[in-house]
Amino acid sequence: MSQPNGYDEFDEEEQIDLQAELDEGFAEIEQKYAVDAQAGVENVLVVDNLPIVDESKRQRLVERLRQVFEKAGAGIDEDRLSMPWDNEKGTNKGFVFLTYPDAQQAENALRVLDGTQFGKAHTLYVNRFGDIEKYANMPVGEGELPTGWREKSYVEKDHLRSWLGDAVGRDQYLTFRDQDVNVFWNGRNGNAEPVRGPDGKPIKNSKWGELYLQWSPLGTYLASLHRVGVALWSGPKLDGPIGVNVLRFTHPGVRLIQFSPQENYLITWSEEPLENYEDHPTAALRETFGPDDEGNQFVVWDLKAQRVLRTFPADKPVMGEDGPRPMSWPVFKWSPDDAYVAKVNVGQSIAVYELPGMGLLDKKSVKIEGVQDFEWCPMSDKDWEARKAGKGKENMIVYWTPEAQNQPAKVNLMGLPSRDVLRSKNLFNVTDAKFYWQNQGDYLCVKVDRHARKAKTKKATFCNLEIFRIREKNLPVEVIEHKDYVPQFAWEPHGNRFAIVSTNDPNYGQGVPGVVIKYNVDFYQPDPKKGDFTLIKHFEGKLANTLVWSPKGRHILFATIGSSTKYDIEFYDLDFTIDDNPNRREVEPGANVQLLGTGEHYGITDIAWDPSGRYVVSSASSWRQTPEPGFTIWDFKGQQLAHSSLDKFKQFLWRPRPPTLLSKDAQRKVRKELKEHSRVFDEEDAAEENRGSAEKLAQRQREIAEWNAWRARNLARLAEARKARGKEIVKVANTEPADEKVEEWIEELIDETEEVVVA
Amino acid sequence: MKPIILQGHERSLTQIVFNAEGDLLFSASKDNVVNVWFTSNGERLGTFGDHKGSVWTVACDSQTKYLVTGAADNTMRLWDVRSGKCLYVWEFLTAVKRVAWSEDDEMLLSITEQRSGQPSVIRIFKINREDPANQSSTPLREIILTGSKATVALWAPLSDHIITGHESGKVAKYDTKTGEEVMVVEESHRGEITDIQLSPDGTYFITSSKDKTARLFDSETLQEMKVYPTETPLNSACIAPLRPYVILGGGQDAMSVTTTSSRAGKFESRFWHKLFEEEVGRVRGHFGPINTLAVHPQGKAYASGAEDGFVRVHWFDDSYFRSRPYGDLEPEVEL
Repeated sequence: MSQPNGYDEFDEEEQIDLQAELDEGFAEIEQKYAVDAQAGVENVLVVDNLPIVDESKRQRLVERLRQVFEKAGAGIDEDRLSMPWDNEKGTNKGFVFLTYPDAQQAENALRVLDGTQFGKAHTLYVNRFGDIEKYANMPVGEGELPTGWREKSYVEKDHLRSWLGDAVGRDQYLTFRDQDVNVFWNGRNGNAEPVRGPDGKPIKNSKWGELYLQWSPLGTYLASLHRVGVALWSGPKLDGPIGVNVLRFTHPGVRLIQFSPQENYLITWSEEPLENYEDHPTAALRETFGPDDEGNQFVVWDLKAQRVLRTFPADKPVMGEDGPRPMSWPVFKWSPDDAYVAKVNVGQSIAVYELPGMGLLDKKSVKIEGVQDFEWCPMSDKDWEARKAGKGKENMIVYWTPEAQNQPAKVNLMGLPSRDVLRSKNLFNVTDAKFYWQNQGDYLCVKVDRHARKAKTKKATFCNLEIFRIREKNLPVEVIEHKDYVPQFAWEPHGNRFAIVSTNDPNYGQGVPGVVIKYNVDFYQPDPKKGDFTLIKHFEGKLANTLVWSPKGRHILFATIGSSTKYDIEFYDLDFTIDDNPNRREVEPGANVQLLGTGEHYGITDIAWDPSGRYVVSSASSWRQTPEPGFTIWDFKGQQLAHSSLDKFKQFLWRPRPPTLLSKDAQRKVRKELKEHSRVFDEEDAAEENRGSAEKLAQRQREIAEWNAWRARNLARLAEARKARGKEIVKVANTEPADEKVEEWIEELIDETEEVVVA
Repeated sequence: MKPIILQGHERSLTQIVFNAEGDLLFSASKDNVVNVWFTSNGERLGTFGDHKGSVWTVACDSQTKYLVTGAADNTMRLWDVRSGKCLYVWEFLTAVKRVAWSEDDEMLLSITEQRSGQPSVIRIFKINREDPANQSSTPLREIILTGSKATVALWAPLSDHIITGHESGKVAKYDTKTGEEVMVVEESHRGEITDIQLSPDGTYFITSSKDKTARLFDSETLQEMKVYPTETPLNSACIAPLRPYVILGGGQDAMSVTTTSSRAGKFESRFWHKLFEEEVGRVRGHFGPINTLAVHPQGKAYASGAEDGFVRVHWFDDSYFRSRPYGDLEPEVEL
C-alpha cells in the first residue's frame, strides 16, 4: 500500500508536526482570503431612524431627505438612494441606503450627516454599511458575552455629594500647611473637627501637598496638582480604590487648571509644551496624546471619561504698551451651561467651541475687529428652570472694542449661537473696560476707565459705570460718571445693589513705600421711585481696598490687603434694623447701613466667606510673603472665633456648595417658619458647646492625671537615689522667710546756701 | 506687670541667670562684661570685667559664692561674687560657649567651640572650694565630640550625667565618670538647640530650638513629654516654678531684624501651658530677638535679655498667681 505523497513514510511524531504546519498554513490562507465586510461597499451608508410613512408620502420623504443631505453638504442623486419597502404593511422600513460615487465622499457624508436633526422628532443615525454587517456577524449571540470578555464585579461607588448630608449642615474647609493637607468640618464658634472617613480616621493623603489644591466649582471634586498631572478626589473619603473615586489627568508640568461651571469638563495648562510621546516609556502619556498634540499647552478634558477632547497651542503674547501683557487666566471662558467654551484672539475674533465635540461653532470663529475682552452672561435660577422646560434663552456674551480710525469704542452684547448683536453702546476716550455681571445675570456693569479727551498719555484718570439692565426690554443702559479712579466694583449676589471703591489719591498705583492710600467706598441701589441707580451711602477716607460681599448678599466686608502697615477688616450690614420693620428701608435708603464690627488680621493676604455666609476666614499665606502665616475664622458680625498662627501656612479653601435643591416655595416656607427652626438650632448649639467642652475637659483631666502620676514616680525614684547617697537637698524656699524687705536710702540735697560769717 | 529695665550693656545679651535666692541677676553680654543686679529694684551691684571677648555664658553656684563665666577670648574664669575679683583663669584653644555648676557646686562643666580643626570638647573640672585661687588646669574628664557639636548642656540631678543639646538637634546624655555617651535621641529637634534649662526638681528639662519649637523631656529617659510649636525661631526657654507654665523667647534672626517692625519680628516672651500645650499669654517690650530667659527660682519673677541690649525683669502680679485660665484644672504645684 503506497500513497503517492508518501504520507505513510513518516512516523507518528513527524505526522503530528506536519499536521500542525498544515493547520498553520490554512489559518494564514483563511486570513488572507477572508471576506472583508467593508470591501466593495465602502461607498454605501445606511441612514437609520427615519419616520415611518405610507405610500402617499413616500416621494415627499425622499425629497425631504435629499434636501437635508444637500444642505449638509452631502447631496445625492435620487437613483443612488434606495429605500427598502415593507410591502405587507405598506410602509417603509425606517432606513435608506445611500450609495456614493466613492468611499471618500461616503466618509464625508458620514461625518456631516450623522446626528442630523430630521424634523422635530427624528435624529438621523448614519453608519457604514460594512459596519452594520460586521457587527451583525459578530460571533456573539443574544445575551452572550463576547469571547475574551471578563466580567468585572460591580463596585458600588460612593456618593459624590455625601458631604452635604452632614446632620448639622456644616461646611468643610481645607488647610494646607508645609506638606500637610487637612480637611475639617467648620463647627459652631470656630470649633474644627477633622473630617473622618468611614473608618473613623481623619482623611489624609500625603500626595496632596505637592503643588497646590483647588475645589471644583460645585464642591464635588478636590483637585490636587502634581508635576505629572492633575488628580481629582471625591466621595466621602476623598479617595477610594484607584478607578473608583480618583480621576487622573496626565499633563506634565501642569500649572493652572479650570473647571467648567457644571463640572463636566476641565482645562489644564502647562508651561511646558506637550512633546511627542510616541515612544515614551509611560503608557499614560503614549495613550493620551497623539502626534498632533505636540507643542500644545492647553488641554481640554472630558472630566468623567478622563478623555482628551482637544489640545491647543499657547497664544503668542499680546503686546501691550509696555511689553507683552501677561497671560490673564482664565484664557478659555465657559458658558454657564457648559455648552460652549470661548477664547478671545485679541484684536481679531472670539473663537467659540461647541461641547462636547470641541469643534468651532458653525465652523468659524466670530470675527470682531479689535475685540479686547469678553465675558459670558451668568444664568439665574429662573433661567435654569426655563432651560429645563426647553424654552430658555440662548447664551449671551459681552465684549468691547477700542477706538480706532474715528470709530468710537463699543460695548456689544451678542447672543450665541445666533450671533445676533442684541445691544451696542458707543464709548469715548476709553483706556480700558472691565465687565461685572451680577451673579444672576440681571445686571451688567461695564466699568470704563477713561482718560481726559486731550491727554497726552492714555492713563486712566476717571471712570464711567455703564449699567445694562438685562431683564428689561431693549436692554436699557444707565451711565454713572465718576470723577475718580475706581479700582474695585462688586455687585451684591442675588441683589440689585453694588459697592465701589474709588480713590483720588495721587499716590495710587505708584507703589510709594510707606504711603497709606485712602479710598472712598460708595453703595448704590435703584431708586424705588425713579428707578435709576442712586448713591445711598458714602464712606470717606477708608483704608480698605478690597470689598467682599457675603454669598447670600446683605453683608459686606471692607478689608485692607497688601499693605505693609494696615490689616483692618470691617464688617457691614446693609439692612441693619433693631426692630423688624422692613418698611424703613424704603423710607430712607442707606439709613440701615451699619458697621457691625472691626477686626485686624496681621499680615492678611486673602479673605473668603464660607458658602453659608455665616463665617469669614482671613488667611495669611506664606506664598505671598506674609510676616505671620496662619488663618482666622470670624463670624459675619466681626467676632473672632478662632485664630491659628501656623508656620509655612499656604492655603485655606472653603469647599463650595452646589445650588440648593429646595424649590422657591420650599425656601419661602423655611423663611416663614424661621423662628421655629432657629429654636431647634439654638438648642443644638448649646448641646454642641457642652459636648465640646466636656470632651476637652476630660482630655485635660487625663493629661493632668498622667502628669501627676509620672511626676510622683520620678520624684520618688530621685528621692530614693538621693537618700542612698546621703545627698538630700533642703529646699531653699522652705527655709527662706516670707518676703524680705528691701530698704532704700535716698539722699537728696534740698538746698545749699553759703554764708560768710563776719566775725 | 511693669518691668524693671536693666540698661547697662552696650551690646546684646548672651545669657542671664538668677542666683538661688533670686535676689541677684547675672547678665553676660557681647560687650565683654558680666553685670550683677539687684532684682528688686534694678540697681547694679557690680561688674566682672576682665574678659577680652564676648562673654557667652555665665553660671552662679547655689551659695552665690562663686561665679563662672566663659567667653570668646578662649578663657573660662572663676570669680568671687562678693568682691568681684577674678580668682582663676582657664585657657583653651577655642571660645567657651557654655558653663554649668554641678548640683553640689563641686564640679564645673564647660563646652568649647568647634573651630579651625579643633573639635567641640566638654570638660569637667573639679573645683577646689577651700582655696579657690588654686585650681587644677587639667580637667577631671574630657569628652571629645565627634559628629555634631554641642551647643548647650546641663547637669542631670545627682550629677552622674550631663545632658547636652547639639547643633544638629540631637539630645544626648553622657556619663560624667566614663565620659561615654549613654543615651541619645538623634532628631529631638529639627534645628540647632539653643537653650536647655532644668525643672525646679530636676526630673525634666526644656529645650528650645531654631526649628521654632520648644520641647519638654524626661531627664531620666530623654523621652519627649510635651511639644510647644511656635512660629518663630526660639533662642531660650525656661520652666516656671509654682505655676504650670513654660516661658519661651526668640524672634526672627538678628540679621534680618532691622528692616521690620518690632511686631513682625515676634520679639515677645510667650507663656505656654506646660501640660495642655496651649499658649496662654505673651509679654511684649523688646525690640530685638530675645536671646536668653531666666526665671526666679521661687517663681516670683522672670527676666529676659535680648539682642537690643536690655534686660527686662518682670515681677509677677498677684493676678498671675491667682488666675486660673483652665478653671480648677491645676496640676500639683512644683517648687
